[in-house]
Formats: sequence, C-alpha cells, structure tokens
Amino acid sequence: MSSGNMNLTLKVWRQKNASDKGEFVTYKADSISPDMSFLEMLDVVNERLTKKGQDPIHFDHDCREGICGMCSLYINGRPHGPKRAITTCQLHMRSFKDGETITIEPWRATAFPVIKDLAVDRSAFDRIQQAGGYVSVNTGGVPDANEIPIPKVIADEAFNSATCIQCGACVAACKNASASLFVSAKISQLALLPQGQPERYRRAQAMVAQMDAEGFGSCTNTGACEIECPKEISLTNINRMRRDYFGAKFFKEEEIN
Amino acid sequence: MSSFTKAFSSTLGKKLIMGLTGLFLALFLVVHLIGNLQLFKDDGGKAFNEYSYFMTHFMPIKIISYLLYASIVLHAVYALILTLGNKKARTVGYAQYNGAANSTWSSRNMGILGTILLIFIVIHMKTFWAEYHWGGLPYIKYETNLSDASDVKVTPLPYEGKQLVHSQYVDTQNGTEVVVAKDLYKIVNEAFSQPWYVALYVLSMIAMGFHLYHGFQSGFQTLGFDHSKYKPLIDFLGLWVFSIIIPALFAAMPLYFLFK
Repeated sequence: MSSGNMNLTLKVWRQKNASDKGEFVTYKADSISPDMSFLEMLDVVNERLTKKGQDPIHFDHDCREGICGMCSLYINGRPHGPKRAITTCQLHMRSFKDGETITIEPWRATAFPVIKDLAVDRSAFDRIQQAGGYVSVNTGGVPDANEIPIPKVIADEAFNSATCIQCGACVAACKNASASLFVSAKISQLALLPQGQPERYRRAQAMVAQMDAEGFGSCTNTGACEIECPKEISLTNINRMRRDYFGAKFFKEEEIN
Repeated sequence: MSSFTKAFSSTLGKKLIMGLTGLFLALFLVVHLIGNLQLFKDDGGKAFNEYSYFMTHFMPIKIISYLLYASIVLHAVYALILTLGNKKARTVGYAQYNGAANSTWSSRNMGILGTILLIFIVIHMKTFWAEYHWGGLPYIKYETNLSDASDVKVTPLPYEGKQLVHSQYVDTQNGTEVVVAKDLYKIVNEAFSQPWYVALYVLSMIAMGFHLYHGFQSGFQTLGFDHSKYKPLIDFLGLWVFSIIIPALFAAMPLYFLFK
C-alpha cells in the first residue's frame, strides 16, 4: 500500500533535565518508510543523531506492541497521535503525509515532571495504586474455578476497566490534567468484583486522596480522556468512582484521610 | 475536619458543589421562564406585575431566592478555585493542542461562557431586581370590571415617593377589582426598547445555551448519575430543553419588546 519513503520535519521538545527550561528543536527526518512505527522513525532519527555525535532524543518505550503503557508522546496536539485506540508504538508513519511537520511534546502535567526530553516521571500513578489499588488476601490453596459466581456482564465490565495500561494519555489529553480516568479504572476493576468488596470504600477514599495529593486537576467531564485512551476505557468508570467516593464519605463509617 | 468538610475539599467534592449548584440554577431557569412568559400577555403588564409582587413577597419563594443567590456565588467562587487548581496541574502548556479532536467546544470553554453569564446576571439584576427592590419604580393601577374580566382600565400613577404601596381591593361602588402594583413591566419595556441592551441579552442567551449544553449532562455525571437507561433522557433534555428551547424563549422576550 505504501509507495516511496517520506521526508518529514520534526519539532521535538528537548529538555536536559527536570530543572532545565527546555525548548523545541527542529530535525529533518528524511527517507522514512511509511511502514515504520512512530517509535521506529524516532529510532532512525536517533541513530543519525548518534552518528553525528549528538545527544539522541529520549523517549519512553518498552514492549512496542501496545500493552505495556510505557510509550507516550503528545503528537500534533494529541496523546499517542492522530489515531484512535492505539499507543504510539502502534502508530504507523503512513498516518502522516510526506513533507509534514510533526510536533512532538512530552505529557504535560505538574504531577508528571519531565525527566529528559520526551520522557516523563509517571510514578505518581504508582503511588496512587499503592494507596489502595489492590486487594488484601491471605494466600492459601488454589481456589476452584468458578467458586465465586460472577455475572458475565460484570466480569466483562471489570475486565474492560482492567485493560488500563497506566500510560497517562488521559492526563495528557485532559485540559485540566486530571487523572480521573486512570484512578477510576483502577477503582472500578476491583469495585465490580466480589474480591474487591471488603476494601471497596476504603480504596475509593485513599486513591482519590492520593490523586489530589499528587496535584492532578479536577474532572470537568469533557470526555477527552475517553477518546484518547488507547484502551478505550469508558467515562462510566469516573462516575462509578464518584459514587463510591461520595458513598464512602457520606454513608460509610470507615474514614480514610 | 469532619467527614463532610474533607469530602467537599477534595477535587470530587468541589465539583459536587459545582454540580449541585449548577443543576439548581438550571432548575430555576425553568421556573423563571414559565413565570416570565407572562410578559407576552397583552394586558398592560397586569399578570406580570402581580407575579413580580408574589415572587418578592411570598415567604417560601423568598427563602428559595436566597438559596439561589448563594448558588450563583458558590458556583462562581468554586469555578474560580477549581480553575486555578487546574492551571496549577499543568503549568507548562502544550505548543500544539488539538482539543477539538476529543471534546466539544462547550466543554472546553465553560469558564469563558460562565464569565459572560456572570456579567450578564449582574447587569440583569441591576436593571430589574435592584430597581424593583430599591429603585424608584412607578406604580400602575388596574381596574378590572367584575362582570366582564376582559374590561380592564389601566392607569399609570404619578410617582409619589414612598407614599404608594401595593394594594388589591374590590371597589363595590364601581363594580371593579382594583390592583395597584409596582410597574416592573414598564421597566422591562423601556430596557428592551434599547437595541444594544437587547443584543446583550440575545448574546448572553446564546452563551447560556452553550454553557448548558455541556453543563446540564455534566452536572449529573459529577453527582455520579450515569446509566445507559436514563443517560439518553438527560442528554436529550440537556440539548433540546436547556440549550435550545429555554435560551431561545428567554431571547424571544427582549426581541418581542424591541419589535412590537
């Protein structure tokens, strides 16, 4: 389907470290195959930079098959670029036009400080998870399959929430830099299942408190996160989080934070 | 801190205040609209002036009106607090931002739309509410023939300082029911005969339509109400009733007076 290589201009955010001010640097990315992924294109650019003795562009990546959540990049005004329901590693260069200028920025959020260039520190997500995104169970013998009956629709819903890969695109897309979609997906995947019930209301309070402590913004229901989420996590999760949080604060005894 | 103050100081809680006050204000619009539809009655303002008196003197309505003023203030103050917090959450912005790809224009411009509405509310309340309460409003007398309700004699009364009061009595000698009321209808008529003032109203109502297009359904979500069974109804009401019909009927009022 592809015919001939592309010549592109990249406007890339370069920043030495968290305290550096940072600036855009323009690079030529010539003879790029349309069949390359976006990250492979950056690899080619970095190889050329390295050969010229220049500092390669730092960006996060790991599995390169859309499941690890490591790759980020805010491309032409959208997280993970112009396509729906994919990560940057799944974005192909055929999604761009020959001669196009592509602007590449890191996730922008105070809670996600830039480590270097396009790589940001997303450990705020880990701390939110540590605050309550788990179930406490005593390990013992392996339970029988289907010992606890769970309706199919509920299991599916929980699974959908659990597909969150913690990439942070929701925060990057949100005009308020709110982490609500991520936090609510992590609350929902457990709140929907029987195993998550004992700690359900403690969890909602603890994770929301940690979310606020990390300095994420508030959710104004623009729905940008839902559209940009590579795993298409639904906005319904955020409303479930609200019900659990308000339910906990106004109607439950257990008080957290 | 108690559980409640803690809950309301979280981002979710602050938004809960926005949602509750916002939906209360939206509900008020319905009542406000139905009442003010009496402006379209061709009765020299009798129904409207009587309604104005009722709304400012009936105790339960007065209590709700104070709740309303508090809601306007809370909604604006919390909007400011939340906006400042959200600005702090992203101190370095994007060089290129394509918000149109993932969200509605309304949802991204609630602050600007809300500011327009706040300025509108101040002007609106100055013109009518403050004038009615403390301004030197003229009085008007309506004499309705008891045997023929359609026979109404309307007499504007000369302004006599604080000597006149609202009154309603039956004049048995002349066989009429007499109502003497503050003539807010006249103030409405005068205000809406100025084209720039009418333009301000129409533009503000357009802003209100866009504000409610996002605000109405967003308010329910903020409260946690979200189910496929009633979400279509909320979206339908939000679009047709609250962002089209209500603003259009409100905008029709100044236009009616300008062109009648």
